Amino acid sequence: MNRTDIAIDIDRVVNRYDSVTALHDVSMDIREGEFFTLLGPSGCGKTTLLRCIAGFEDVTEGAIRLRGEDIAPLPPHKRPVNTVFQQYALFPHMTVLENVCFGLRRRGWTEMDAEGRAREVLDLVRLGDFAKRRPTQLSGGQQQRVALARSLAPNPEVLLLDEPLSALDLKLRQAVRVELKQIQRETGIAFVFVTHDQEEALTMSDRIAVMSEGYVQQIGTPRDIYEAPQNRFVADFIGETNLLDVEVSAVSGGMPDLTLPGGMALRCPAADSARAGRGHLSVRPERISVAAAAEDTLPATVVDHVYLGTDIHLHAKLSDGEPILVRIQNAESSAIPATGSMLGLRIEAGAARLLVD
Amino acid sequence: MAGAAPGGASRSEIYRGNGPRLMLPIWVFIGIFLVMPVVMMAVHSFLTKEFRGGVIWEFTFAAYDQFFFDRGLFGDEPPKIEWTYIGIFWRSIWQAGLATVFSLLIGFPTAWFIATRKPNVRPGWLFLITIPYWVNLLIRTVSMKFLIRDTGPLNEFLLWSGVISEPLSLVNTNFAVQLGLFYSYLPFMVLPVYAAVERYDFSLSEAAADLYSDNWTTLRLVILPVVKPGIVAGCILVFVPSLGAFLAPDLLGGAKTFMIGSLIEEQFKGAAGNWPFGAAAAMILLAIVLGVLLLHAHAQTRVER
Repeated sequence: MNRTDIAIDIDRVVNRYDSVTALHDVSMDIREGEFFTLLGPSGCGKTTLLRCIAGFEDVTEGAIRLRGEDIAPLPPHKRPVNTVFQQYALFPHMTVLENVCFGLRRRGWTEMDAEGRAREVLDLVRLGDFAKRRPTQLSGGQQQRVALARSLAPNPEVLLLDEPLSALDLKLRQAVRVELKQIQRETGIAFVFVTHDQEEALTMSDRIAVMSEGYVQQIGTPRDIYEAPQNRFVADFIGETNLLDVEVSAVSGGMPDLTLPGGMALRCPAADSARAGRGHLSVRPERISVAAAAEDTLPATVVDHVYLGTDIHLHAKLSDGEPILVRIQNAESSAIPATGSMLGLRIEAGAARLLVD
Repeated sequence: MAGAAPGGASRSEIYRGNGPRLMLPIWVFIGIFLVMPVVMMAVHSFLTKEFRGGVIWEFTFAAYDQFFFDRGLFGDEPPKIEWTYIGIFWRSIWQAGLATVFSLLIGFPTAWFIATRKPNVRPGWLFLITIPYWVNLLIRTVSMKFLIRDTGPLNEFLLWSGVISEPLSLVNTNFAVQLGLFYSYLPFMVLPVYAAVERYDFSLSEAAADLYSDNWTTLRLVILPVVKPGIVAGCILVFVPSLGAFLAPDLLGGAKTFMIGSLIEEQFKGAAGNWPFGAAAAMILLAIVLGVLLLHAHAQTRVER
C-alpha cells in the first residue's frame, strides 16, 4: 500500500493482553488531513487502537505505518504523533505556557522559539490571555483547549484525540465541536478522534470507523454509515432504526426481493453480502410515511405517541406484533393518529436496507 | 436569635463540621505538654548551673557563651570561637542530611513500588513496612550492633565467603551511625512519599511520553515536581529526628561520631550534667530546625504565588 495521501496505515493489528484480545485483525487507512473518527460503545477497542497508535499499548501482531514507516516498535516519545487525553492530563505544576512549551522544548527548541510557537498556538485556541495561569485556575473548556494547544504545538503528523469532549457539559460540547473541526481544517493535520457519541461522530467526521468487540464493523463517510449500514450492529448503533424480520426470495443485481411481515413486497438496496433466506430490514423512523390502510402499504396499529416538539414519535405494532417506530414531522397538517387506530405505513424503497446479520 | 443553635456555634458551623471548639482538647494538650516544656527549656537556658545537677535561679548568658566561645580554663582569656560544639552540630547536620538522602534513594522506589500495586494488596505492603516498629527502637539498635560487630554474623559471613580476610571494624564508625539512622527513620520517608505517589495521576506520565520525554526526563520534570510535597514531608520527617537522635550515635558510634542528641542527653544525666548548657544546645537545635522549616515554607509560597 503506497498511496501518498495515507497518513496512517493500520495493517491487521491485533492487541492481546493475557488472554483478552482487544483488537482482532484491525485494518484501516487514515488519510492526510482528514477528520477520522473511531466510534463504538465502551469496550469496543477504539481507545485501545488509539493508544496503539500513540504507543501506550503493544501491537501484538500487525503493523502501524506512519507515512510508510512502521512505528509499532517505537516507544511513545519517539513517535511524531500527539494525544489529547480524555481528562487532559495537564501538568499541574506548570503554567499554561509551560505546558504548551513542554513538547517543543523536548524536541530541542530554544526557550524563545518554543515560547513564540506556544503563543501562536494559544492564540489559535483563543487562550492568548491565559498563558501565565495554572491549569487549575481554568474552566473545563479552557483546560480542554490548553490540552489541544499543547498537543498541536509540536506540529504532530497526526493528532490523536481520546474522547476529549466527554468531560464537558452539553452546551459547551456542541460549541467545541464546531471549533475543533475548524482548527482541524486550519491546521490541515489528520485528526483521529475517539468517541462513543454517534452524533459527535456524524457531525464532525470526514470518515468514521464503527467498531464493536474489537472488530471493525464498517468504515465510511457519515452518510454511508447512516444510510447504508453494512450490518445490524451499525444500523442499530448509529441513529434510531427499525429492524424488521423479512423473507428474502431472491437477490439480483444487489437488489433483493423481499416480503415484509404483513405480506407487503419490497425491492430495496442491500448490504454487499446479502443472500436469499431470512434477513433483517433496517428502516429509519423518519423514512416511513403514514397513509390510509391500502393494498401497497404495511398495516400497523397505533400503540402510543410521544410529542417531541419538532417531531412526533408514533409507536405502532405490525400485524405480527413486532413494534415499529415512525417519526413524523410536526407540521400544521400532521394530525396525530389516535391510539388503537389502523394505519398504512409506506416505506420508500430507497430508504430501507437489507442487512447481513 | 433566629437560626442560632444553642451553645453559640451557628447552625452552618455545626452542619459543615467546622466547629472551632473541636480543637479545644488538642489546644489544651499542646499547651500543657508542648508549649510549657519549650518555655521551661528556654528559661533554663538562661539560668546558672548548679553543680549537683539542676539550676540556680540567676539570669545569665553563660550557657550560650560556653557553646560559642572559648575563654580559657578560668574564663579570663579573650574569647575565641569554640569549635567543639559547632563541630558536633555540623557533624549532626551532615549525618542527618546523609540519612535523609539515603532514605530518599531507597524510600522513593519502595513507595513507588507499593503505590503502583493493585489497590487491594497495597495495605499488605504498607503493613510490612511497619513491622520493625513492633520492636522497641533500643532493642533494634542493639541488635544492629550485634549484627555488624567484628565477630557478628555480617563479618563472619564475609570472612567465610572469602570476600574479606580480616573483619571489618564497623561499630563506632560514621557508617554504623548512618546505618542506624537510616534504618530507624526509613518508614518516615516511605509513608508520605507513598501517599503522594498514590495520588499521582499516571496519565501525566503518558502525556509527558507523548510529548517526547524519555523516562528520566519524565521523572525529573513531571513526576518529582508533582509528588514533591510528599518528598519534602518525608525529608523533614527523617531529617529532624535524625538530627536530634541519640540512640543510634550512642550505641553504634563512638567519641568521634558524637551527635547533638548525645551531647544534650549527657547534660541532663547525673551530677556531671549542666542543665542550662543542655537547654541552650536544645534551643539552638530548635532554632536550626525552625530555620529549615521556615526556609521551606518560604520557598513553597514563592512557587505557589
